[in-house]
Amino acid sequence: MATNHIVDARAIHKHFGTLHVLKGVDLKVDERELVFIIGPSGSGKSTLLRCLNRLEEPSSGSIVVDGIDMLNPKTDINHARRRIGMVFQSFNLYPHMTALGNVTLALRKVAGKGRAEAEALGRAALERVGLAERADHTPGQLSGGQQQRVAIARSIALEPRVMLFDEPTSALDPELVGSVLEVMRGLRESGMTMIVVSHEMGFARNAADRVVFMDDGLIVEQGPPAAIFETPSHERTRAFIGQIQRH
Amino acid sequence: MIEAFFNIDIMKAAWPIVLTGLWNTILLSLIVVPLGLLGGLILALLASIKHPLVRWPLMAWVDFFRAFPPLVLLVLLFAGLPFAGLELGGFACVAIAFFLNTGSYYGEIFRAGIDSVPAGQVEAARSTGLTRMQATRYVVLPQAVRNVMPDLLSNTLEVVKLTSLGSVVAVPELLYEARQAQSITYNPTPIVMAAVIYFLLLWPLVRLLSRLENRALAGRR
Ligand SMILES: Nc1ncnc2c1ncn2[C@@H]1O[C@H](COP(=O)(O)OP(=O)(O)OP(=O)(O)O)[C@@H](O)[C@H]1O
Ligand SMILES: [Mg+2]
Repeated sequence: MATNHIVDARAIHKHFGTLHVLKGVDLKVDERELVFIIGPSGSGKSTLLRCLNRLEEPSSGSIVVDGIDMLNPKTDINHARRRIGMVFQSFNLYPHMTALGNVTLALRKVAGKGRAEAEALGRAALERVGLAERADHTPGQLSGGQQQRVAIARSIALEPRVMLFDEPTSALDPELVGSVLEVMRGLRESGMTMIVVSHEMGFARNAADRVVFMDDGLIVEQGPPAAIFETPSHERTRAFIGQIQRH
Repeated sequence: MIEAFFNIDIMKAAWPIVLTGLWNTILLSLIVVPLGLLGGLILALLASIKHPLVRWPLMAWVDFFRAFPPLVLLVLLFAGLPFAGLELGGFACVAIAFFLNTGSYYGEIFRAGIDSVPAGQVEAARSTGLTRMQATRYVVLPQAVRNVMPDLLSNTLEVVKLTSLGSVVAVPELLYEARQAQSITYNPTPIVMAAVIYFLLLWPLVRLLSRLENRALAGRR
Protein backbone atom coordinates (compact mmCIF):
# COMPACT_ATOMS: atom_id res chain seq x y z
CA MET A 1 0.00 0.00 0.00
CA ALA A 2 2.16 2.83 -1.27
CA THR A 3 1.18 6.19 0.13
CA ASN A 4 3.06 9.42 0.44
CA HIS A 5 0.63 10.72 3.05
CA ILE A 6 1.71 10.44 6.66
CA VAL A 7 -1.94 10.12 7.67
CA ASP A 8 -4.25 8.26 5.32
CA ALA A 9 -7.73 7.64 6.69
CA ARG A 10 -10.37 6.27 4.35
CA ALA A 11 -14.10 5.81 4.61
CA ILE A 12 -14.16 6.12 8.39
CA HIS A 13 -17.52 5.30 9.92
CA LYS A 14 -18.25 5.44 13.61
CA HIS A 15 -21.44 4.44 15.38
CA PHE A 16 -22.18 4.95 19.06
CA GLY A 17 -25.04 2.52 19.45
CA THR A 18 -27.67 3.83 17.09
CA LEU A 19 -25.95 7.18 16.69
CA HIS A 20 -24.07 7.46 13.39
CA VAL A 21 -21.34 9.98 14.20
CA LEU A 22 -18.85 9.60 11.32
CA LYS A 23 -20.42 8.84 7.97
CA GLY A 24 -17.52 8.00 5.70
CA VAL A 25 -14.69 10.46 6.30
CA ASP A 26 -11.55 10.51 4.15
CA LEU A 27 -8.61 12.46 5.46
CA LYS A 28 -5.14 12.50 3.95
CA VAL A 29 -2.40 14.60 5.48
CA ASP A 30 1.02 15.28 4.01
CA GLU A 31 4.20 15.29 5.98
CA ARG A 32 4.84 18.72 7.61
CA GLU A 33 1.29 19.82 6.81
CA LEU A 34 -0.88 21.68 9.34
CA VAL A 35 -4.52 20.78 8.88
CA PHE A 36 -7.24 22.65 10.73
CA ILE A 37 -10.58 20.99 11.38
CA ILE A 38 -13.55 23.21 12.11
CA GLY A 39 -17.25 22.51 12.38
CA PRO A 40 -20.29 22.80 14.63
CA SER A 41 -20.50 21.10 18.02
CA GLY A 42 -21.36 17.41 17.63
CA SER A 43 -20.19 17.22 14.01
CA GLY A 44 -17.67 14.49 14.93
CA LYS A 45 -14.35 16.39 15.00
CA SER A 46 -13.17 14.91 18.28
CA THR A 47 -14.36 11.47 17.33
CA LEU A 48 -12.38 11.65 14.10
CA LEU A 49 -9.18 12.66 15.93
CA ARG A 50 -9.71 9.94 18.52
CA CYS A 51 -10.15 7.35 15.78
CA LEU A 52 -6.78 8.29 14.30
CA ASN A 53 -4.89 7.00 17.37
CA ARG A 54 -7.60 4.44 18.13
CA LEU A 55 -8.68 5.94 21.42
CA GLU A 56 -12.00 5.32 19.68
CA GLU A 57 -12.50 2.17 17.63
CA PRO A 58 -13.87 3.06 14.18
CA SER A 59 -16.82 0.93 13.06
CA SER A 60 -15.29 0.58 9.59
CA GLY A 61 -12.72 2.14 7.31
CA SER A 62 -8.94 2.10 7.15
CA ILE A 63 -6.33 4.22 8.87
CA VAL A 64 -2.65 4.25 8.05
CA VAL A 65 -0.36 6.53 10.03
CA ASP A 66 3.30 6.75 9.11
CA GLY A 67 3.01 3.48 7.23
CA ILE A 68 1.41 1.63 10.15
CA ASP A 69 -2.00 0.06 9.62
CA MET A 70 -3.71 1.29 12.78
CA LEU A 71 -6.72 -1.00 12.50
CA ASN A 72 -4.83 -4.23 11.90
CA PRO A 73 -5.30 -6.38 15.02
CA LYS A 74 -1.68 -7.49 14.67
CA THR A 75 -0.41 -3.92 15.00
CA ASP A 76 1.17 -3.15 18.37
CA ILE A 77 -1.12 -0.24 19.14
CA ASN A 78 0.94 0.99 22.10
CA HIS A 79 4.01 1.17 19.93
CA ALA A 80 2.08 2.95 17.19
CA ARG A 81 0.64 5.52 19.62
CA ARG A 82 4.10 6.68 20.61
CA ARG A 83 4.38 8.15 17.13
CA ILE A 84 1.10 10.05 17.44
CA GLY A 85 1.04 12.82 20.02
CA MET A 86 -2.30 13.98 21.39
CA VAL A 87 -3.19 17.18 23.21
CA PHE A 88 -6.56 17.48 24.94
CA GLN A 89 -8.87 20.38 25.66
CA SER A 90 -8.67 19.69 29.40
CA PHE A 91 -4.87 19.11 29.41
CA ASN A 92 -5.25 15.81 31.31
CA LEU A 93 -1.95 16.21 33.12
CA TYR A 94 -1.32 13.68 35.88
CA PRO A 95 -1.99 15.75 39.01
CA HIS A 96 0.06 13.52 41.31
CA MET A 97 3.27 14.06 39.36
CA THR A 98 5.50 17.05 38.69
CA ALA A 99 5.72 18.54 35.22
CA LEU A 100 8.89 16.54 34.67
CA GLY A 101 7.20 13.39 35.98
CA ASN A 102 4.38 13.92 33.48
CA VAL A 103 6.83 14.23 30.64
CA THR A 104 9.10 11.33 31.62
CA LEU A 105 6.49 8.66 32.46
CA ALA A 106 6.07 7.37 28.90
CA LEU A 107 9.74 7.94 28.12
CA ARG A 108 10.59 5.51 30.89
CA LYS A 109 7.74 3.01 30.71
CA VAL A 110 7.07 2.98 26.96
CA ALA A 111 10.31 4.10 25.33
CA GLY A 112 12.33 2.21 27.94
CA LYS A 113 14.75 5.01 28.75
CA GLY A 114 16.69 4.98 32.01
CA ARG A 115 15.94 7.64 34.61
CA ALA A 116 18.83 9.93 33.75
CA GLU A 117 18.23 9.83 30.02
CA ALA A 118 14.46 10.26 30.43
CA GLU A 119 15.00 13.29 32.65
CA ALA A 120 17.42 14.86 30.21
CA LEU A 121 14.95 14.35 27.35
CA GLY A 122 12.07 15.53 29.55
CA ARG A 123 13.87 18.73 30.49
CA ALA A 124 14.71 19.36 26.86
CA ALA A 125 11.03 18.97 25.96
CA LEU A 126 10.00 21.37 28.73
CA GLU A 127 12.64 23.78 27.48
CA ARG A 128 11.04 23.68 24.03
CA VAL A 129 7.71 24.83 25.47
CA GLY A 130 9.43 27.48 27.58
CA LEU A 131 8.89 25.80 30.95
CA ALA A 132 12.33 24.49 31.86
CA GLU A 133 12.21 26.27 35.20
CA ARG A 134 8.81 24.76 36.08
CA ALA A 135 10.01 21.14 35.88
CA ASP A 136 9.42 20.48 39.56
CA HIS A 137 6.00 22.11 39.82
CA THR A 138 2.85 20.02 39.99
CA PRO A 139 -0.03 20.79 37.60
CA GLY A 140 -1.94 22.42 40.46
CA GLN A 141 0.83 25.01 40.74
CA LEU A 142 0.71 25.93 37.05
CA SER A 143 -1.63 28.18 35.07
CA GLY A 144 -3.87 26.67 32.43
CA GLY A 145 -1.60 27.85 29.66
CA GLN A 146 1.44 26.38 31.39
CA GLN A 147 -0.39 23.10 31.97
CA GLN A 148 -1.27 22.83 28.30
CA ARG A 149 2.34 23.51 27.36
CA VAL A 150 3.47 20.72 29.70
CA ALA A 151 0.92 18.48 27.98
CA ILE A 152 2.48 19.40 24.65
CA ALA A 153 5.94 18.66 26.07
CA ARG A 154 4.67 15.27 27.27
CA SER A 155 3.79 14.45 23.67
CA ILE A 156 6.79 15.88 21.85
CA ALA A 157 9.24 14.22 24.24
CA LEU A 158 8.33 10.95 22.51
CA GLU A 159 9.28 12.46 19.13
CA PRO A 160 5.96 11.77 17.43
CA ARG A 161 5.55 11.89 13.67
CA VAL A 162 2.12 13.50 13.93
CA MET A 163 0.46 15.61 16.59
CA LEU A 164 -3.29 15.74 17.18
CA PHE A 165 -4.76 18.75 19.00
CA ASP A 166 -8.36 18.70 20.22
CA GLU A 167 -9.39 22.28 21.04
CA PRO A 168 -6.10 22.95 22.84
CA THR A 169 -6.99 26.52 23.79
CA SER A 170 -10.73 26.46 24.43
CA ALA A 171 -10.39 25.80 28.16
CA LEU A 172 -7.98 28.70 28.59
CA ASP A 173 -8.51 32.28 29.73
CA PRO A 174 -8.10 34.55 26.69
CA GLU A 175 -4.84 36.03 27.95
CA LEU A 176 -3.26 32.56 28.17
CA VAL A 177 -4.20 31.41 24.68
CA GLY A 178 -1.30 33.21 22.99
CA SER A 179 1.44 31.31 24.82
CA VAL A 180 0.01 27.97 23.70
CA LEU A 181 -0.47 29.09 20.10
CA GLU A 182 3.10 30.33 20.11
CA VAL A 183 4.36 26.89 21.10
CA MET A 184 2.22 25.35 18.35
CA ARG A 185 3.64 27.80 15.83
CA GLY A 186 7.15 26.80 16.91
CA LEU A 187 6.27 23.15 16.41
CA ARG A 188 4.98 23.88 12.98
CA GLU A 189 8.16 25.74 12.06
CA SER A 190 10.20 22.74 13.18
CA GLY A 191 8.30 20.69 10.59
CA MET A 192 5.83 18.80 12.76
CA THR A 193 2.79 17.37 11.01
CA MET A 194 -0.26 18.65 12.90
CA ILE A 195 -4.01 18.07 12.84
CA VAL A 196 -5.75 20.72 14.91
CA VAL A 197 -9.39 20.92 15.91
CA SER A 198 -9.85 24.52 16.94
CA HIS A 199 -11.80 27.67 16.26
CA GLU A 200 -8.82 30.00 16.58
CA MET A 201 -9.44 31.64 13.19
CA GLY A 202 -6.51 34.01 13.38
CA PHE A 203 -4.12 31.17 13.99
CA ALA A 204 -5.72 29.09 11.23
CA ARG A 205 -5.41 31.96 8.81
CA ASN A 206 -1.69 32.48 9.17
CA ALA A 207 -0.49 28.99 10.18
CA ALA A 208 -2.73 26.40 8.55
CA ASP A 209 -2.03 24.88 5.15
CA ARG A 210 -5.54 23.60 4.86
CA VAL A 211 -8.87 24.03 6.62
CA VAL A 212 -11.36 21.17 6.73
CA PHE A 213 -15.00 21.93 7.47
CA MET A 214 -16.99 19.09 8.98
CA ASP A 215 -20.71 18.90 9.54
CA ASP A 216 -22.91 16.04 10.64
CA GLY A 217 -20.20 13.38 10.40
CA LEU A 218 -18.93 14.36 6.96
CA ILE A 219 -16.28 16.59 5.47
CA VAL A 220 -18.31 19.22 3.63
CA GLU A 221 -15.42 21.08 2.04
CA GLN A 222 -11.73 21.80 2.47
CA GLY A 223 -9.10 24.10 1.06
CA PRO A 224 -6.60 26.84 1.90
CA PRO A 225 -7.68 29.01 4.84
CA ALA A 226 -8.34 32.08 2.69
CA ALA A 227 -10.61 30.13 0.36
CA ILE A 228 -12.60 28.49 3.17
CA PHE A 229 -12.95 31.67 5.22
CA GLU A 230 -13.60 34.19 2.46
CA THR A 231 -15.18 32.26 -0.39
CA PRO A 232 -16.70 29.05 0.95
CA SER A 233 -18.63 27.19 -1.69
CA HIS A 234 -21.19 25.53 0.57
CA GLU A 235 -24.05 27.30 2.31
CA ARG A 236 -23.43 25.34 5.54
CA THR A 237 -19.79 26.43 5.60
CA ARG A 238 -20.76 30.04 5.00
CA ALA A 239 -23.33 29.94 7.81
CA PHE A 240 -20.84 28.39 10.23
CA ILE A 241 -18.01 30.82 9.39
CA GLY A 242 -20.41 33.71 9.76
CA GLN A 243 -21.48 32.41 13.15
CA ILE A 244 -18.02 32.08 14.66
CA GLN A 245 -16.81 35.37 13.21
CA ARG A 246 -19.64 37.18 14.92
CA HIS A 247 -18.19 36.12 18.27
CA MET B 1 -15.04 0.88 92.76
CA ILE B 2 -11.34 1.60 92.35
CA GLU B 3 -10.61 -1.81 93.92
CA ALA B 4 -12.81 -3.47 91.34
CA PHE B 5 -11.86 -1.70 88.13
CA PHE B 6 -8.38 -0.28 88.67
CA ASN B 7 -6.83 -2.80 91.01
CA ILE B 8 -3.08 -2.18 90.91
CA ASP B 9 -2.08 -5.63 92.13
CA ILE B 10 -4.25 -7.30 89.56
CA MET B 11 -2.86 -5.02 86.88
CA LYS B 12 0.64 -6.14 87.76
CA ALA B 13 -0.36 -9.78 87.71
CA ALA B 14 -2.39 -9.55 84.52
CA TRP B 15 0.08 -7.39 82.63
CA PRO B 16 2.08 -10.19 80.93
CA ILE B 17 -1.12 -11.91 79.79
CA VAL B 18 -2.65 -8.70 78.47
CA LEU B 19 0.63 -7.85 76.76
CA THR B 20 0.60 -11.18 74.91
CA GLY B 21 -2.91 -10.33 73.81
CA LEU B 22 -1.81 -6.93 72.57
CA TRP B 23 0.97 -8.47 70.50
CA ASN B 24 -1.40 -10.96 68.99
CA THR B 25 -3.90 -8.22 68.15
CA ILE B 26 -1.16 -6.26 66.41
CA LEU B 27 0.07 -9.38 64.63
CA LEU B 28 -3.46 -10.26 63.56
CA SER B 29 -4.03 -6.73 62.25
CA LEU B 30 -0.74 -6.81 60.36
CA ILE B 31 -1.91 -9.98 58.61
CA VAL B 32 -5.55 -9.13 58.15
CA VAL B 33 -5.26 -5.53 56.91
CA PRO B 34 -2.82 -6.25 54.04
CA LEU B 35 -4.87 -9.35 53.13
CA GLY B 36 -8.02 -7.25 52.97
CA LEU B 37 -6.29 -4.52 50.97
CA LEU B 38 -4.92 -7.07 48.53
CA GLY B 39 -8.30 -8.79 48.16
CA GLY B 40 -10.00 -5.42 47.73
CA LEU B 41 -7.54 -4.33 45.08
CA ILE B 42 -8.05 -7.54 43.14
CA LEU B 43 -11.83 -7.15 43.34
CA ALA B 44 -11.67 -3.51 42.24
CA LEU B 45 -9.43 -4.32 39.28
CA LEU B 46 -11.71 -7.17 38.25
CA ALA B 47 -14.62 -4.73 38.46
CA SER B 48 -13.15 -2.76 35.56
CA ILE B 49 -13.84 -5.77 33.33
CA LYS B 50 -17.34 -5.19 32.06
CA HIS B 51 -17.86 -8.68 30.67
CA PRO B 52 -21.05 -10.22 32.15
CA LEU B 53 -19.21 -13.44 33.02
CA VAL B 54 -16.95 -11.43 35.32
CA ARG B 55 -19.38 -8.76 36.37
CA TRP B 56 -22.25 -10.78 37.79
CA PRO B 57 -20.26 -13.29 39.84
CA LEU B 58 -18.17 -10.43 41.16
CA MET B 59 -21.22 -8.45 42.22
CA ALA B 60 -22.72 -11.52 43.89
CA TRP B 61 -19.44 -12.18 45.69
CA VAL B 62 -19.09 -8.65 47.03
CA ASP B 63 -22.76 -8.37 48.01
CA PHE B 64 -22.71 -11.74 49.71
CA PHE B 65 -19.71 -11.06 51.88
CA ARG B 66 -20.79 -7.55 52.74
CA ALA B 67 -24.24 -8.73 53.80
CA PHE B 68 -22.88 -11.68 55.81
CA PRO B 69 -22.17 -10.76 59.45
CA PRO B 70 -18.43 -11.30 59.93
CA LEU B 71 -18.97 -13.04 63.26
CA VAL B 72 -21.31 -15.57 61.68
CA LEU B 73 -18.85 -16.09 58.83
CA LEU B 74 -16.04 -16.68 61.31
CA VAL B 75 -18.00 -19.15 63.42
CA LEU B 76 -19.19 -20.92 60.30
CA LEU B 77 -15.63 -21.36 59.05
CA PHE B 78 -14.35 -22.42 62.46
CA ALA B 79 -17.14 -24.87 63.19
CA GLY B 80 -17.93 -25.92 59.65
CA LEU B 81 -14.58 -26.47 57.93
CA PRO B 82 -13.54 -29.42 60.13
CA PHE B 83 -16.58 -31.25 58.75
CA ALA B 84 -15.18 -30.65 55.27
CA GLY B 85 -11.96 -32.26 56.45
CA LEU B 86 -10.13 -28.95 56.98
CA GLU B 87 -8.68 -28.27 60.45
CA LEU B 88 -7.45 -24.72 60.10
CA GLY B 89 -7.40 -23.35 63.63
CA GLY B 90 -8.72 -20.06 64.87
CA PHE B 91 -5.98 -17.84 63.50
CA ALA B 92 -6.33 -19.07 59.91
CA CYS B 93 -10.12 -18.87 60.13
CA VAL B 94 -9.92 -15.25 61.22
CA ALA B 95 -7.55 -14.52 58.33
CA ILE B 96 -9.87 -16.14 55.79
CA ALA B 97 -13.06 -14.60 57.17
CA PHE B 98 -11.45 -11.16 57.14
CA PHE B 99 -10.07 -11.64 53.68
CA LEU B 100 -13.59 -12.38 52.46
CA ASN B 101 -15.44 -9.78 54.50
CA THR B 102 -13.11 -6.80 54.69
CA GLY B 103 -11.76 -7.52 51.22
CA SER B 104 -15.23 -6.83 49.88
CA TYR B 105 -15.40 -3.53 51.75
CA TYR B 106 -11.92 -2.48 50.67
CA GLY B 107 -12.89 -3.53 47.14
CA GLU B 108 -15.84 -1.16 47.06
CA ILE B 109 -13.67 1.67 48.38
CA PHE B 110 -10.97 1.06 45.76
CA ARG B 111 -13.64 0.86 43.09
CA ALA B 112 -15.08 4.23 44.10
CA GLY B 113 -11.54 5.63 44.04
CA ILE B 114 -10.87 4.29 40.55
CA ASP B 115 -14.21 5.67 39.34
CA SER B 116 -13.28 9.08 40.75
CA VAL B 117 -10.32 9.42 38.36
CA PRO B 118 -11.49 11.20 35.19
CA ALA B 119 -11.46 9.13 31.98
CA GLY B 120 -9.18 11.76 30.41
CA GLN B 121 -6.35 10.57 32.64
CA VAL B 122 -6.38 7.11 31.11
CA GLU B 123 -6.81 8.56 27.62
CA ALA B 124 -3.78 10.78 28.05
CA ALA B 125 -1.74 7.85 29.33
CA ARG B 126 -2.88 5.49 26.58
CA SER B 127 -2.23 8.16 23.92
CA THR B 128 1.44 8.15 24.91
CA GLY B 129 1.59 4.38 24.44
CA LEU B 130 1.15 3.14 27.99
CA THR B 131 -0.63 -0.20 28.19
CA ARG B 132 -3.89 -0.51 30.10
CA MET B 133 -1.98 -2.10 32.98
CA GLN B 134 0.64 0.65 33.06
CA ALA B 135 -1.99 3.36 32.94
CA THR B 136 -3.77 1.72 35.87
CA ARG B 137 -0.62 1.31 37.88
CA TYR B 138 1.11 4.63 37.31
CA VAL B 139 -1.76 7.01 36.63
CA VAL B 140 -5.08 5.71 37.99
CA LEU B 141 -4.24 3.88 41.22
CA PRO B 142 -2.08 6.58 42.85
CA GLN B 143 -4.89 9.10 42.33
CA ALA B 144 -7.59 6.61 43.30
CA VAL B 145 -5.89 5.76 46.59
CA ARG B 146 -5.32 9.40 47.39
CA ASN B 147 -8.95 10.22 46.72
CA VAL B 148 -10.29 7.54 49.05
CA MET B 149 -7.59 7.65 51.72
CA PRO B 150 -10.04 8.69 54.47
CA ASP B 151 -12.35 5.77 53.62
CA LEU B 152 -9.47 3.31 53.49
CA LEU B 153 -8.26 4.51 56.87
CA SER B 154 -11.71 4.43 58.39
CA ASN B 155 -12.24 0.87 57.14
CA THR B 156 -8.87 -0.11 58.54
CA LEU B 157 -9.98 1.25 61.89
CA GLU B 158 -13.03 -1.00 61.76
CA VAL B 159 -10.90 -3.97 60.76
CA VAL B 160 -8.58 -3.55 63.72
CA LYS B 161 -11.60 -3.31 66.03
CA LEU B 162 -13.07 -6.42 64.45
CA THR B 163 -9.97 -8.47 65.28
CA SER B 164 -11.53 -8.76 68.75
CA LEU B 165 -13.92 -11.25 67.12
CA GLY B 166 -10.97 -13.61 67.14
CA SER B 167 -11.68 -14.17 70.87
CA VAL B 168 -14.75 -16.16 69.90
CA VAL B 169 -12.65 -18.81 68.17
CA ALA B 170 -9.96 -18.83 70.87
CA VAL B 171 -7.41 -16.71 69.05
CA PRO B 172 -5.37 -15.30 71.93
CA GLU B 173 -5.75 -11.64 70.94
CA LEU B 174 -6.18 -8.75 73.36
CA LEU B 175 -9.81 -9.26 74.35
CA TYR B 176 -9.42 -13.02 74.68
CA GLU B 177 -6.36 -12.72 76.91
CA ALA B 178 -8.01 -10.04 79.01
CA ARG B 179 -10.99 -12.29 79.62
CA GLN B 180 -8.64 -15.15 80.51
CA ALA B 181 -6.98 -12.91 83.06
CA GLN B 182 -10.35 -11.79 84.34
CA SER B 183 -11.55 -15.35 84.87
CA ILE B 184 -8.37 -16.21 86.74
CA THR B 185 -8.43 -13.13 88.97
CA TYR B 186 -12.21 -12.78 89.35
CA ASN B 187 -11.76 -9.07 88.72
CA PRO B 188 -12.74 -6.84 85.76
CA THR B 189 -9.49 -4.85 85.86
CA PRO B 190 -7.90 -6.76 82.92
CA ILE B 191 -10.89 -5.86 80.77
CA VAL B 192 -10.41 -2.21 81.66
CA MET B 193 -6.76 -2.56 80.72
CA ALA B 194 -7.75 -4.03 77.35
CA ALA B 195 -10.21 -1.21 76.76
CA VAL B 196 -7.56 1.41 77.50
CA ILE B 197 -5.07 -0.34 75.24
CA TYR B 198 -7.58 -0.56 72.39
CA PHE B 199 -8.18 3.14 72.76
CA LEU B 200 -4.47 4.01 72.82
CA LEU B 201 -3.89 1.77 69.82
CA LEU B 202 -6.64 3.27 67.70
CA TRP B 203 -6.66 6.87 68.84
CA PRO B 204 -3.73 7.98 66.61
CA LEU B 205 -5.55 6.47 63.64
CA VAL B 206 -8.72 8.34 64.59
CA ARG B 207 -6.79 11.61 64.84
CA LEU B 208 -5.13 11.02 61.48
CA LEU B 209 -8.52 10.24 59.97
CA SER B 210 -10.02 13.49 61.27
CA ARG B 211 -7.15 15.45 59.82
CA LEU B 212 -7.52 13.77 56.44
CA GLU B 213 -11.26 14.39 56.46
CA ASN B 214 -10.80 18.04 57.32
CA ARG B 215 -8.24 18.39 54.61
CA ALA B 216 -10.57 16.70 52.09
CA LEU B 217 -13.31 19.14 53.09
CA ALA B 218 -10.98 22.11 52.72
CA GLY B 219 -9.85 20.80 49.35
CA ARG B 220 -13.41 20.56 48.11
CA ARG B 221 -14.16 24.19 49.02
N1 LIG C 1 -18.46 7.91 23.87
C1 LIG C 1 -19.58 8.35 23.25
N2 LIG C 1 -20.74 7.70 23.41
C2 LIG C 1 -21.87 8.12 22.79
N3 LIG C 1 -21.93 9.19 22.01
C3 LIG C 1 -20.80 9.90 21.81
C4 LIG C 1 -19.57 9.52 22.42
N4 LIG C 1 -18.62 10.40 22.06
C5 LIG C 1 -19.23 11.29 21.24
N5 LIG C 1 -20.53 11.01 21.08
C6 LIG C 1 -21.49 11.72 20.25
O1 LIG C 1 -20.96 11.79 18.96
C7 LIG C 1 -21.27 13.05 18.37
C8 LIG C 1 -20.00 13.72 17.89
O2 LIG C 1 -19.22 14.03 19.02
P1 LIG C 1 -17.81 14.74 18.92
O3 LIG C 1 -17.31 14.89 20.29
O4 LIG C 1 -16.95 14.01 17.96
O5 LIG C 1 -18.21 16.13 18.30
P2 LIG C 1 -17.31 17.44 18.14
O6 LIG C 1 -17.42 17.83 16.71
O7 LIG C 1 -15.97 17.21 18.68
O8 LIG C 1 -18.13 18.48 19.01
P3 LIG C 1 -17.57 19.66 19.97
O9 LIG C 1 -17.27 20.83 19.10
O10 LIG C 1 -18.73 19.94 20.87
O11 LIG C 1 -16.39 19.12 20.70
C9 LIG C 1 -22.03 13.85 19.42
O12 LIG C 1 -23.40 13.75 19.15
C10 LIG C 1 -21.68 13.16 20.68
O13 LIG C 1 -22.73 13.26 21.62
MG1 LIG D 1 -14.92 17.94 20.37
